[in-house]
Amino acid sequence: MLKYLAKRIGRSILTLFIIVTLVFCLLRLMPVEGYFANYEKMTEAQIQAGLQSMGLLDPLPVQIGRFWWNAFHGDLGVSHIYKVNASVTGILAKKLPISIQMGVLAMLLSLVIGIPMGLLMGRFKNRWPDKIGTAIIVLIQAVPAAVYYLYIQMYGTQALNVGLLFDASDWRYWVLPVCSMSLGNVAFYAMWLRRYMVDESNKDYVRLALAKGVSENNIALHHIFRNAMVPLVQYIPSAFLNTVVGSIYIESLYSIPGMGGLLVTCVQRHDNTMVQGIVLLYACVGIIGLILGDLLMVLIDPRISFGKKEGGR
Amino acid sequence: MLFHMKDHKAAVLENDLNKLQKDGPAAWADLPEDELFTPAGFSEERAEATSYSNYSYWGSTFRAFFKNKIAVTLLIALIAVVAFAFLQPCLPGQADPNLCQVDPATGIQFRNIAPGEDGFIWGSNAIGQDLWARIWAGARTSLTIAFFVALIEAVVGITVGVLWGYVRQLDFFFTELYNICDNVPSTIILILISYVASPSVKTLILGMSITGWIAMARFIRNQILIIRDRDYNVASRCIGTPTHRIVLRNLLPYLVSVIMLRMALTIPAAIGSEVFITYIGLGLSVETPSLGNLINDGRKVMMQAGLRYQLLYPTIILSFVTIAFYLIGNAFSDAADPKNHLQ
Repeated sequence: MLKYLAKRIGRSILTLFIIVTLVFCLLRLMPVEGYFANYEKMTEAQIQAGLQSMGLLDPLPVQIGRFWWNAFHGDLGVSHIYKVNASVTGILAKKLPISIQMGVLAMLLSLVIGIPMGLLMGRFKNRWPDKIGTAIIVLIQAVPAAVYYLYIQMYGTQALNVGLLFDASDWRYWVLPVCSMSLGNVAFYAMWLRRYMVDESNKDYVRLALAKGVSENNIALHHIFRNAMVPLVQYIPSAFLNTVVGSIYIESLYSIPGMGGLLVTCVQRHDNTMVQGIVLLYACVGIIGLILGDLLMVLIDPRISFGKKEGGR
Repeated sequence: MLFHMKDHKAAVLENDLNKLQKDGPAAWADLPEDELFTPAGFSEERAEATSYSNYSYWGSTFRAFFKNKIAVTLLIALIAVVAFAFLQPCLPGQADPNLCQVDPATGIQFRNIAPGEDGFIWGSNAIGQDLWARIWAGARTSLTIAFFVALIEAVVGITVGVLWGYVRQLDFFFTELYNICDNVPSTIILILISYVASPSVKTLILGMSITGWIAMARFIRNQILIIRDRDYNVASRCIGTPTHRIVLRNLLPYLVSVIMLRMALTIPAAIGSEVFITYIGLGLSVETPSLGNLINDGRKVMMQAGLRYQLLYPTIILSFVTIAFYLIGNAFSDAADPKNHLQ
């Protein structure tokens, strides 16, 4: 177990290192106006001096080395446009908790709705619960999320009688963003759980249980469902990535003061250091989520051995 | 030959019997038993006709596909919509999508005209542009982007996937590359690329296809690993079939259904990404109408009930195109899977 864990984490750190370096190199191609709050009024000499003082004219390896050194000390630089000279870590520290709360709520909701939905669809295969469920899943998967989020916001805010601006202290403001964020994963879980339940229901042990006279509900719940959940766990990491990405759009739609909305704002206002910091954070969150998902799968099914599962996801 | 003779004999006997039958039961009562009970005979031609020797892969695929009424209806509708989107500028009486139309009577632009009034079929937007023309122009842009993304993903994905699966030395390199790419949400990469490059149709295509191909390649690689060392491929190698021929004739036809499915699903995904990236502010400029910036414009006025048509029409077109591609893709891949052919 420990060996597997060490290997998995080591690989992730390597991945993170490569990604951040790539992101850093990419952002050096950025137009330089992203480093100055009042770019239009500056002369060429001032711009050059400014770049010089930020160390942006140094050779690339030197810059990367310095960036990593500072990042290890918890310093991601300062924002230049979003909040002039405020440290990026300071800004992110205020935004992170609300994003995490929202993400966790959305994940829980999608499990609470998606799994019973898949269970019902698998249990009543080819009957009306299955047909309705399939229609919902097709709709969620085929219509771009960017569109149905808008309609949820448009009609949801009217139905709940809430304003467009987010207010964290009122629970009604949490309903729509969390629901929208979980929709994609509801479809995801329901679809795969149904698929695995249908696969599982042709196995011998199910026939045996039927022959013994176990009731169909009992079989679905106690025999099929428990086995069908095992492969489903491996989709939790991807579902987690979906939530992370969905949060960018949703937080900005509902002007939730979280990381996702911040990323959109910073992209629109061309604040290079902020974009760099947030992308780094999102990459970390994504990678940590994937590791946790892998570990969860190992924990939930004793039949999966630790060493052999490498790269099989 | 024996069977033919029997067949002939049976026919003769049957004729005799028919003649006798007219005369009534008394006429055949004294016939010998072996003439009353003869084998029905066996025709080689007729026996051949029932076997699968005339099986054609594409014939069976299309037959299976055309049995699916919903998919066929959607396919016809989709072809009509796509054809109309591309033919619309050639039709007479169509407005320029970027022209701000001015009311000749008052000299003011036609602002937010409701659908159907003053010759605006789908209304006009806040600066008097014809939404009908803009939406079809937008559909053209979005479909073009989506088509090229799907094409690049398929071509690069298949090429790399085949190399990855077939050439053992490359496996390590690509697997590591995949592990890295798979760990980052592709949206983040898309945002970064669009952020760094200036927005245009080409950069959007680049940004969307830069991560997509690796998932396709991974998929192809896994399939190729499964079938690479099957007996028929080993046999081909032993008799000296060149590798490219093995790949093209032995391996890829097996994968047609999954490739089609992935391409069909890439198109809605790419259109959706375009909408998202435009919302963030990294999409195409308003001079190039796309479904993304039309929906984004519609979003800005969606809280005014009277102006919702500006969001409604682009989303209807978008949803129709994506749902159609999704369902047709699924139906076609079911039909193209040879396992479903002999039922």
